[in-house]
Amino acid sequence: MKSFEYSAPRDEAGVLSVLSAEAGHTEILAGGTDLIGLMKKFIVTPDRVVNIKEVRSLRGIDADSEGVTIGAVTNLDDILESPHLNEFPSVQQAIRNMSSPQLQAQGTIGGDLCQRPRCWFYRNGYGRLAAASLIADGDNRFHAIFGNEGAAKFVSASRLAPALVALGAEVRIIGPGSQDELFMPLASLFQTPRTEWQRETVLEPNQLLTHIRIPRQGAANGTYEVRHGEGPDYPLVAASAALRVESGIVRQAAIVLGQVAPTPWFSADAVRAIVGRPVTEVTADAAGEAAIATATPLSGNGYKVQLAKVAVKRAILSAAGLETGGF
Amino acid sequence: MKDQDLAPWPQAGFDRRAFLKGSSAAAAATTLATHATQAQAQAAAPEIVGRQSRLVELKVNGKTASVRVEPRSTLLDVLRYQLQLTGAKPVSIDGSSGASTVIVDGKPIAANTTLALDCVGKSIQTVESLGGEKPDAVVSAFVHADAMQCGFCTPGFVVAVRAFLDKNPGATEEQIRSGLNGNLCRCGTYANVVMAALEVVKGGSRG
Repeated sequence: MKSFEYSAPRDEAGVLSVLSAEAGHTEILAGGTDLIGLMKKFIVTPDRVVNIKEVRSLRGIDADSEGVTIGAVTNLDDILESPHLNEFPSVQQAIRNMSSPQLQAQGTIGGDLCQRPRCWFYRNGYGRLAAASLIADGDNRFHAIFGNEGAAKFVSASRLAPALVALGAEVRIIGPGSQDELFMPLASLFQTPRTEWQRETVLEPNQLLTHIRIPRQGAANGTYEVRHGEGPDYPLVAASAALRVESGIVRQAAIVLGQVAPTPWFSADAVRAIVGRPVTEVTADAAGEAAIATATPLSGNGYKVQLAKVAVKRAILSAAGLETGGF
Repeated sequence: MKDQDLAPWPQAGFDRRAFLKGSSAAAAATTLATHATQAQAQAAAPEIVGRQSRLVELKVNGKTASVRVEPRSTLLDVLRYQLQLTGAKPVSIDGSSGASTVIVDGKPIAANTTLALDCVGKSIQTVESLGGEKPDAVVSAFVHADAMQCGFCTPGFVVAVRAFLDKNPGATEEQIRSGLNGNLCRCGTYANVVMAALEVVKGGSRG
């Protein structure tokens, strides 16, 4: 690991004061499950590491009548055990699927959203975008099947993003100035990078994601991940659905896929296919079929298209309480 | 028209000298203002620890140990190479093997993805604390159930089982299986590890 300076501020203003505006100079450390490994492999080589776990206001879960607010450094196991999350089984399922108790105890929700791609070209030092031709001609079995026309062909790694985006979660971002504060939909946090210096999120190097807020909208919700097995490996495809059902008919829906595109992938086609219909095996399957209509698989990941279809179908069934299989 | 919209640089009539003069005057004024506010905010400014190593105190297995760490030192390296607590193993660099599992403030975490500076003031428990004259029930159960082969993953497994059973003293076999998903064993001793954990559950929590 490259040598670096270290700071562990105790409040939000303190964090902003030690973050640098220069991309790559400073890295923010939360759980460390991703960042430490990246630094050991010299994929990420910051001059300064800012540990934000000492900031009290960033930890904890608060609930009121309108929603649940989760601090960015709240550990995933604490979120899983919190009764405030009981109406959001899609989030609980996504955390449970991570399997590893160590990962859940050490990892944080903010870290999950901001983790870097798992793309093996990136993790072996070829970068995320420079490797585009390597990926197109090489082993791309785990790469994107949507939104992969450009140089970015990796998939968004976040396990919680599909569920949180489908639930309409918002994030609070502070910086660069000590008074700067910004609220935006979580969906807008993610971007497809166009240069190696751009991240997978729109956060500037001197901005900090502080809180995630899930609104209570009374939507039935569920997540389904297609995984290799019960271990802590990343899923091949994930999907999350939030449905507002009135007298048996879906009135509103949000369906978001994960691990299929450089960002969480909102499927408007699947939404159109399910809204106005009751949830059954047939309608859920039709929504899955609609979701994959625009898929553009690479040379080696055509199999993910079928998995995406199944994930959407089962996420919808799971939201409606009809899905019992899988793990 | 199109060209004007694109605003080519340098712009016609743009006085770079005036701009620079103006900006330096403004910068000087800001610097003064910053100095004034900095004087006030000095007390609250967070400390930035330099790259060089320094002495810190870690609370390991109930004892306070003085260690010399750089900001980049991982907890695993400090435990193994300064405190000679070689139970936790460096198997994976990203914590995916679980072989470096230690308990920090009651939670099982991977010591190889944790910075030592991050653990100052926290209570660290390694596998060594479970041994000794009267070993922990988990250790005895591992011996009894023969839950090891080459033994390299075993310390991580022992700590993971201890942490899991502390939280779920009455766990079922299924719960134990999913609760140990963070650890890998290349020899495939999983069946015996689960047997050992079940033995601890049946025999009461701590031996």
